[in-house]
Amino acid sequence: MFTATALNRRSHRNQSVAKAVFCLMTVALVIPVLLILGTLVVKGAPAISWDFLFTAPTNNMTAGGIFPALVGTIWLVVVALLASVPVGVAAALYLSEYAPDNLLTRAINLAIVNLAGVPSIVHALFGFGAFVLFFNMGASILAASLTLAVMTLPVVIVATRESLQAVPHAFREACWNMGATRWQTIRKVVLPNSISGILTGVILEVSRTSGETAPIMFTGATAFLAFLPESVFDQTMAMSYHLFYIATQVPDAPEELTYGVALVLIGIVLMMNAVSIAFRVYLRGLKKW
Amino acid sequence: MADGERGALNLSTGDFAIETRDLNLWYGDFQALFDVDLGVKKGIITSMIGPSGCGKTTVLRTCNRIIERLGYVRTTGSVHVLGHDIFGDDVEIVQVRKQVGMVFQRPNPLPISIRDNVLFGFRLHEARLRKVARAEEDEVLESALRQVLLWDTVKDRLDKPATGLSLEEQQKLCIARLLPVKPEVLLMDEPCSALDPAGTEAVEEMIWQLRGDYTILIVTHNMAQARRASDECVFMLLGRIVEHGRTEELFLAPEHAETADYIEGRYG
Repeated sequence: MFTATALNRRSHRNQSVAKAVFCLMTVALVIPVLLILGTLVVKGAPAISWDFLFTAPTNNMTAGGIFPALVGTIWLVVVALLASVPVGVAAALYLSEYAPDNLLTRAINLAIVNLAGVPSIVHALFGFGAFVLFFNMGASILAASLTLAVMTLPVVIVATRESLQAVPHAFREACWNMGATRWQTIRKVVLPNSISGILTGVILEVSRTSGETAPIMFTGATAFLAFLPESVFDQTMAMSYHLFYIATQVPDAPEELTYGVALVLIGIVLMMNAVSIAFRVYLRGLKKW
Repeated sequence: MADGERGALNLSTGDFAIETRDLNLWYGDFQALFDVDLGVKKGIITSMIGPSGCGKTTVLRTCNRIIERLGYVRTTGSVHVLGHDIFGDDVEIVQVRKQVGMVFQRPNPLPISIRDNVLFGFRLHEARLRKVARAEEDEVLESALRQVLLWDTVKDRLDKPATGLSLEEQQKLCIARLLPVKPEVLLMDEPCSALDPAGTEAVEEMIWQLRGDYTILIVTHNMAQARRASDECVFMLLGRIVEHGRTEELFLAPEHAETADYIEGRYG
């Protein structure tokens, strides 16, 4: 009575095939990541040392360290954050908490999503035209960071808006009914409960910003600079551009040097993502609903 | 809830806390209220009953203008709260909401401590005008929690998150939260529908305690609740008020056939 019929057996067979296919796809996804990381670690690790991190390149960039590039990347990321976070969070607050749900709002939302899809080289050319030439900033940290900020703005806006909308509507309603204005509601209830998501978005932005090459190529990054930047109007070296440069323009750079730079760069990005994830887990644990 | 007690409050005076005149309301093209003339007397409990979609909640939500949040709502007619037209040009909506507190179907405590929940509105309105000492805050807190019969349960865990309370306690807290800003009117939208029978009884008891100090307008699906826990009862059908009278009269000897059919459960 309870034995398998032919139909049962066929269903089970189909089920096994489906499972195998999905499993295979997952493995196919993981393998390249492991291969890339593995290659980087194996070939790049010998180059890593304190000296490598804290000295400038020497011998036409075929030896020495990456210190100016490391510092430059920090400059670029920090200035980009200062520009994009206030604008992005404020815009998301407006779109999520104030804007009426009409055609214009929807058009703006669509524009933001599309902005996220614009290739980085297009952002680079925009930044060159707008910041370097039109606003006459010249090739500088400021121009490069603003370009990065424009590029990552959609990420900040979307992440912020999503975490704002994850705050239950009942909380807002409770506040409004006690006579709180929208701003009081945002400050006292909405922001404290969405800050984890917003920060996650910001950290993701940092990790993306630190890895981008195209947007800074024409706007502020330079292949070699003997000194560290002193203000936002200086040009600077940057990790990503440094890697691009020694990999393509310096034929006699030793292999381990190139891999070492790549390893540090990906290390920064992965570390940022890890911090972001840890942070999210921690803050989620604090949530009280 | 002795019947003798009810007589203590004069039900026949024309002293209205809420008074609507020819109130019509549209959600877009859909007309939800038709010429609603409702007088809610001060200091008593008025319940509103009627089948789903008859406009009870709409009336309730019009009384503190929370309905306007939906952009496509249009109203005609007037609503006077405590003698003042709340749709007047010089009306500050924050002042209206201070006077007219609202409680929802699902308790919605904020994800902060019990203390901060109760003091939320108080801090919003009072603490911005003057310096409030901790001792005064404590007093306000205790008095509000005592009024909703919650003080003894929570006095030892005032700094614990309010979301950890039971639903019944949360609902009481949501009412306590309104009291420190000294509202005159409390609107309750099916305040017990998320609660179990014991919780319902406890909340009803608490609402009855508030009677006299506040004007309470309560929407309910539960006819037994309207019957045992209100002085006056309003029966609505399809956006109109069919009947409004003293609760016991409305239930014992309804004037209209629709009312009789509804309270006997022929439709709902």
